[in-house]
Amino acid sequence: MGGFTSHAGAPGKSFRGFLSHHGLVVSGGILGLIFIGAVFAPLLSAYDPYTQDLANRHIPPVWYERGTWEHFLGTDALGRDYWTRLLYGARASLFIGFVSATIAGLLGVALGVSAGYFGGRVDAAITFLINLRLSLPVILVALAVVALFSGTFLVIVVLLGCLLWDRYAVVTRTLTKQLKEKEFIASSVALGSSRTGIIAKDILPNLANHLIVVWTLEIAHAILLEAALSFLGLGVQPPTPSWGLMVSEGKDLLFFEGWLIAIPGCALFLLVLSINLVGDGIRDVTAPENLT
Amino acid sequence: MTRYVIGRLALAAGVMLVVSMLSFSMIYMAGDPAITIAGESATDADINAVRKFYRFDDPIYAQYGAWMANALRGDFGRSYYLRAPVGELITDRFPTTLLLGGLAMLFAMALAVPLGVAAAVKPNSLVDRLSLMISVLGQALPGFWFGLMLILLFSVKLRWLPPSGTESLKNFIMPAITLGYYATPAMMRLTRTSMLDVLASDYIRTAHAKGLHPAVILFKHALRNAIAPVVSLAAVQLGFMLGGSVVVESIFSIHGLGHLAWESISRNDFPPVQAIILTLSMLYVALTFCADVLNAWLDPSIRLE
Repeated sequence: MGGFTSHAGAPGKSFRGFLSHHGLVVSGGILGLIFIGAVFAPLLSAYDPYTQDLANRHIPPVWYERGTWEHFLGTDALGRDYWTRLLYGARASLFIGFVSATIAGLLGVALGVSAGYFGGRVDAAITFLINLRLSLPVILVALAVVALFSGTFLVIVVLLGCLLWDRYAVVTRTLTKQLKEKEFIASSVALGSSRTGIIAKDILPNLANHLIVVWTLEIAHAILLEAALSFLGLGVQPPTPSWGLMVSEGKDLLFFEGWLIAIPGCALFLLVLSINLVGDGIRDVTAPENLT
Repeated sequence: MTRYVIGRLALAAGVMLVVSMLSFSMIYMAGDPAITIAGESATDADINAVRKFYRFDDPIYAQYGAWMANALRGDFGRSYYLRAPVGELITDRFPTTLLLGGLAMLFAMALAVPLGVAAAVKPNSLVDRLSLMISVLGQALPGFWFGLMLILLFSVKLRWLPPSGTESLKNFIMPAITLGYYATPAMMRLTRTSMLDVLASDYIRTAHAKGLHPAVILFKHALRNAIAPVVSLAAVQLGFMLGGSVVVESIFSIHGLGHLAWESISRNDFPPVQAIILTLSMLYVALTFCADVLNAWLDPSIRLE
């Protein structure tokens, strides 16, 4: 740890740092492509993700003998174009990943900074909350809550937001404790800054680098959780396309049409991998002293 | 040390109390439980009979007290759907999940510790980079998909392993790998860091100066000291694994606790879910408590926090 500054570094320098980091460029590129695919899905496909075409069911991807370029990733058991389902499915993953990781971040940072800054009873209460949250089996609680309140995007996003804040809280609590002992905080206190002023101006900016890294980790975590919930039938509800749901729908044909699960699975793997690598890259570029 | 242990015990007890309240309140979040139990075609009289039978009219704290008192004796009520005592269902299913979790942990340790040690002995070597790569790739693999891919390869293509069931230990190989690999990256990195710390210490240099065989130093002196934090991480990870086994159990049709929880949730049958969440939380709390005490015993500075 260490390397705290009272103000952010020069932006030009770090941008060059970003470009010189190959892993970051490649993974950022893949992530960008998936993002573009999700946003411009209607332009990138001639089909609708919901339209069933019973005459064209079970068409394999183009690299199989029976494959055609009209459905180059094939069609599913209901004759829906798989490429189109994949594009629209990216929307579910990205939306749920980004929004729930952000909600979790707001919660976790608020708790972690309060615990670290105020200490004492506040810290004890928040440490208790962190322990409580960690003791709950995430996936079971999530399944139960979705079963109780239905699997809309809103429920899933709020639910995951309420379940994934622990890492933010642990990290910010520790960092805030360390920061509080620094001289520039003492000088802010001496200059008469209010508590909220110190937290907003002196503490939060110094947490930013670490928070971006935790944020990327939690986006990946939320995407995997959503996929697992949808796979178990208690996440995104059919016919809405979601990669986890696509794997689950293809599961029954595992022995005959393995590509039905291979394709959305690979997409999921690639998305999560690129998000994790972007996080690692940002950590390397912004805080090289953390390299071990 | 005693003060530290008492503090941790109080924390664990507090967490369990709140978890028990949360699990208890679950049946009420689903709406009126009497209507759920009575079923769709029930008359008002039926619903009232159910309400009376399950004592849903009592004040909430009295219901919680009664539920908790029974739970402490291992009586978690009856499953609405299976019409069987939840306690029996749990004792039936629990050994399967525990076996799965234990094997998964064995797999994770067998992979993580040797790779972590090798990576620490030669930092930045090929092995080090390889182990880093495994952990980066492993963290991005969706567990359910990895499990299905294993089935596709080892059951469909190669026909080496059975795709589902629990008849023999052979059935547990793929499930244990699927559940265990997720814990590997963290344990591998910790083994590496911990080993690097120990290898840089004075007593290891002394051992080298004494002319001891490098293998003896590595395994007898260094690993023995470096492994303690890994063991306590493993305890915590085992807690997570038992809680996360629901996905793996559903893929491989293993009828353990996770599978029971999933089925019960799908059927709106909440008494088993309450009991399972409570049991798994209790296990997690117990495992982290052991890990904390182990850590504090090894590293006195922790006790002061």
